[in-house]
Amino acid sequence: MSERLEVRKTYKLYVGGKFPRSESGRTYPVADGRGHFVANAAKASRKDARDAVVAARAAFAGWSGATAYNRGQVLYRVAEVMEGRAAQFAEEVAAGEGLSAAKARAAVDAAVDRWVWYAGWTDKLAAVLGGTNPVAGPYFDFSVPEPSGVVAVLAPQRSSLLGLVSVLAPVLATGCTAVVVSSLQRPLPAITLSEVLATSDVPGGVANLLTGDAAEIGPWLAEHADVDGIDLTGAGTAAMELERSAAGTLKRVLRAPADEPDWTGDPGLSRMTPFLETKTVWHPIGV
Amino acid sequence: MTHVLDPTAPGRPVAPGAPDAFADVTRSDAAFRAFLHGLPGVDQVGAEARAAQLGTRSIKTTAKAWAIDTAISMVDLTTLEGADTPGRVRSLAAKARRPDPADGSCPQVAAVCVYGDLAGVARDALAGTGIHTAAVATAFPSGRASREVKLADVRDAVAGGADEIDMVIDRGAFLSGRYLDVFDEVVAVKEACGDAHLKVILETGELRTYDAVRRASWLAMLAGGDFIKTSTGKVSPAATLPVCLVMLEAVRDFRAATGTQVGVKPAGGIRTTKDAIKHLVMINEVAGPDWLDPVWFRFGASSLLDDLLLQRQKLRTGHYSGPDHVSVV
Repeated sequence: MSERLEVRKTYKLYVGGKFPRSESGRTYPVADGRGHFVANAAKASRKDARDAVVAARAAFAGWSGATAYNRGQVLYRVAEVMEGRAAQFAEEVAAGEGLSAAKARAAVDAAVDRWVWYAGWTDKLAAVLGGTNPVAGPYFDFSVPEPSGVVAVLAPQRSSLLGLVSVLAPVLATGCTAVVVSSLQRPLPAITLSEVLATSDVPGGVANLLTGDAAEIGPWLAEHADVDGIDLTGAGTAAMELERSAAGTLKRVLRAPADEPDWTGDPGLSRMTPFLETKTVWHPIGV
Repeated sequence: MTHVLDPTAPGRPVAPGAPDAFADVTRSDAAFRAFLHGLPGVDQVGAEARAAQLGTRSIKTTAKAWAIDTAISMVDLTTLEGADTPGRVRSLAAKARRPDPADGSCPQVAAVCVYGDLAGVARDALAGTGIHTAAVATAFPSGRASREVKLADVRDAVAGGADEIDMVIDRGAFLSGRYLDVFDEVVAVKEACGDAHLKVILETGELRTYDAVRRASWLAMLAGGDFIKTSTGKVSPAATLPVCLVMLEAVRDFRAATGTQVGVKPAGGIRTTKDAIKHLVMINEVAGPDWLDPVWFRFGASSLLDDLLLQRQKLRTGHYSGPDHVSVV
């Protein structure tokens, strides 16, 4: 019996709930930590980013309009599907980040837990961040946090799964829709996560994952007039320049940390609040 | 095919504006059928392949800027909803005059297309701008009414202020082979139009074959239509590239045979700048640059204009724009 031929994979992007090739037709080889070929990934172009923003914008009304409880259910379902593919994630994380099997498995478990944690926050945010305001007048005055719209996320370059989940899940939990540019060198967990999103209940376009170079696509997303916020975590040295471009269209910017943080720590609310807007209602009361 | 090749064949004039050369082909139902069925058949696979191939042209930078401005100037900005109001038509007219309020260099559109009862509102709102007022008539979109009603519909729209009339052909009669009935109706409508331009909607989505599209195109041109238009926009598929290809070939051949130039208007389903540019490429390659003019080519569209404006803003500012940055109607 002859030896089985290897199935060599060329992955695609995840845009609008579908898996298109890059409009540019480009792909690039992905290597593991030791430099061995693992798979080909699509190399997204600025037009793929543009298409992803269109898809994210189209999905925003439905996602932000869904009840917070429903969003929590959908996100919890994502964690369930991730759990089912934990072995695949662990293998990819181990190969990409050069971790031992045990450490990779721990990172995957932490990522699934992180997702569940954010799923739980969807219907609690309004209670924690909003509330009634005591005002000196005949008004019932209250504030509620609302999602701002389409958020571009430049995912961390090093932590390919836990880091990715830590930046994507908060955006989705708030009711925003996301366009994510994955780690350039370690895109495989992002690709598998897009397969998870496609097979869970997340509506198409709510999360769009582009594999490719954040340095190439980042500026287009930062300048895009239809992007409401940008998370510069994976921008590296270009972060300052991107912040400047984002100011041109008054985006909400989550600044890049000086160095990639340790993602295992308690994230707090710091990644959810930047992409929320507070709506305050003054409702007249009388007799 | 002697009729096509011999513009001097004897005949009698049957319709105002119809070329004498083809007068004899409409002398009887049988003769007209023989003529229309004698038109060369369309190679379906070839037409689709040619349309797809022309769609792959890459149009960039200055050529793209020119194409976008040309396409904007060719738009028939359309609203054909039951819920249309005078206010909506006025705001559409405002958008037609100044598509991009932030940029004075943006060209005007060619016309505003409304139902006949709102033609007066559109005309008043467009007074002095040079933008045409187009009205759909003849029991649009189905065309299911008696000829008296259709003609009254046309007269009403013209009296209301429309200077372009978009009529629908009787597809039932056309598909059952009563070509002369359809022809007579177009002739009668053309007469009722008076000075107004007549666009003849073939509703290609209901004609089923490219051969039928070619026949309907020739029928409409022979009857004196100033434009042939693909669709009402109410039937899917509407304007497709291969259908437009067949119609562009028809107007090209018609001008070669008779010297009369007829315009083309694809309508329905053209939503993106990319689609519009594909059409412009096809006009240039199939009919020729003479048709690259709002007088001879129009896009019947509503959402296309927004995408053209977004692309225009992208070229001007260097960054992508968003739907928040175009005016809504």
